[in-house]
Amino acid sequence: MEQVGVKDNYKTIQNLKSAGCFIVCILLTLICLVPLYIMIVNACRGHNAILQSPVSLIPGGNFVENMKNITTQSPQWNLWLGYRNSLIIAAGSTLLTVFFSAMTAYGLTVYQFKVRDGAYTLILAVMMIPIQVTSTGFVQFMVGTLGLADSFIPLIVPAIAAPAIVFYMRQYMKSSFPLDIVEAARIDGCSEFRTFISIALPMMKPAIAVQAIFAFVQNWNNYYTQNMILISNDKMITMPMMVQKVLGQDKNIDLGAQYAAVALSVIPIILIYVCLSRFIVGGVALGGVKE
Amino acid sequence: MASAAQRRIKSISYAKYGYIFIAPFFIVYAFFQIWPLINTFILSVYGNGAEGDTFVGMQNFQTLLFGGDDRSARRIHEEFFRDFGNTLILWVGNFIPQILLSLILAVWFTDSKLHIPGQGFFKVVMYLPNIITAVSVAALFMRFFSNSNMCLVNGLITSSGGQAYMFEDSAFWSRAIVMFIQTWLWFGNTMIMMMSGILGINPSLFEAAAIDGATSGQVLRKVTLPLLRPMVVYTLITSMIGGLQMFDIPFLFHTKKETLNKYLETAAVFVYKNFRTSEDKVQYGYAGAASIILFIITALLGILVFRMNRDADEARKKKERKELVKAYKREQKMAKMGGID
Repeated sequence: MEQVGVKDNYKTIQNLKSAGCFIVCILLTLICLVPLYIMIVNACRGHNAILQSPVSLIPGGNFVENMKNITTQSPQWNLWLGYRNSLIIAAGSTLLTVFFSAMTAYGLTVYQFKVRDGAYTLILAVMMIPIQVTSTGFVQFMVGTLGLADSFIPLIVPAIAAPAIVFYMRQYMKSSFPLDIVEAARIDGCSEFRTFISIALPMMKPAIAVQAIFAFVQNWNNYYTQNMILISNDKMITMPMMVQKVLGQDKNIDLGAQYAAVALSVIPIILIYVCLSRFIVGGVALGGVKE
Repeated sequence: MASAAQRRIKSISYAKYGYIFIAPFFIVYAFFQIWPLINTFILSVYGNGAEGDTFVGMQNFQTLLFGGDDRSARRIHEEFFRDFGNTLILWVGNFIPQILLSLILAVWFTDSKLHIPGQGFFKVVMYLPNIITAVSVAALFMRFFSNSNMCLVNGLITSSGGQAYMFEDSAFWSRAIVMFIQTWLWFGNTMIMMMSGILGINPSLFEAAAIDGATSGQVLRKVTLPLLRPMVVYTLITSMIGGLQMFDIPFLFHTKKETLNKYLETAAVFVYKNFRTSEDKVQYGYAGAASIILFIITALLGILVFRMNRDADEARKKKERKELVKAYKREQKMAKMGGID
């Protein structure tokens, strides 16, 4: 009898613990979501309503009007232009990043050549160099020497060289790309590039998908480089820059419009996340070391 | 013999494709990363502003690190140290809560004895802040806390009869808010990293501990944390490197146009504001020198990560080999002494 009691006791304690953890998790979830919820609610309310009661649980019906009013906050705001520019940069860099990273990883895994190990070591070594360190020289070279201010080239083309993604793709190839397939393709008379494009790339789809999602999100969110290169042409600026221009406003503030601008910049990324969260959450840890 | 010859033939005939496949990466990398890095070095030994073409040697480094005689040199020296200090404060203040929170959550989520419903949902929601545009996050939190009496918290304070608070004028509040935002952005990411680290630990160790009657506290202290150390160290170093680059949120957290918040200016902001000003005031020299200092710190930290990425296996093998040699020597010694220890 007593033993049963002990067991029950143990179970109760575990259940209590689980309940405690659950409550903490709920609180953290609220902390994560409440700022975004306030953003969406206030994006749908007028300026005066927000001033009267800053927090409200019920969205109003002012969203479309707020959207129209964003241009009064900053003349540079142009929703579709911002989306378009951000999309060009993000999609362009993503395509280049995954294709050329896969290609580099393929070259480093499949072929035996003299500088291979040296090249791989170099890629590992430069993986951690942040853009902030090279940006002084980068800006002076791109804008000063080459005159590439207000151009997408310095924002898209560097994506070809992404050491961290090459590292990841090579790890992936090492574990799940049998080299015999390359031999078989050679015997069948397949050229080296065709082997890469029609055999290796399809086999690397899972790795490419994960890295593509991350590369896209990262480039869509990028502000640092874009703000250095896109200096004067309002037709070229991207979504994060437009948000910054709207929110940098300190006169004639229309709170509803400002919340709407933030919401509009965030919504595409949240939609992508809602659709692909499984892959994204699953892919986060893949880049790290495994012990 | 034949296979060696074959291999030689193969390597002769296909090696050139190896070069072709990796060439685009290295050409682009050299053009957009290596040359800018070298260019930064070059810029760091030239003058600032109108004296951009004068070679000044180590002058910029000396000014940044030790100050100088005239007032502008002293100002930039103080600014540089203030900004590095800010970086350090902001980094420590966001890393400690972040790692603690993610460790606790990761332990809970991987504990088979706890039954937390909706784990998948929690993971997805906790990672969500990480993918949101940093500029939008800064903008959003600026609507909540700022100097403006229209911001959300000041709105609440004034409507309950209080005085609007100048959040940006307080070193404590502006830093605390940025630390909170950084933690908010990154704890989900770190949590998932920690979880993958814990799931990588051999489950039989946990089973053995459970059979031996270890409590969950003991398991955490004696099994999970020691085995998770490489992951924590890795996160620590990558987060340090990330912390040195902290830019978007500290840079944007100010209400007045063109006036940065001096409690939040980080090292990256220092570099940025020196090269991205009006044409005549641009200070490539200081920006370059500060970048190089950042580069050296990053490189030192990077070497650690690099070692971890590459040498984890090799180091273990080396150790094993050493131990084998040791054991062999001991045996030899014992044999010499006639089998008596």
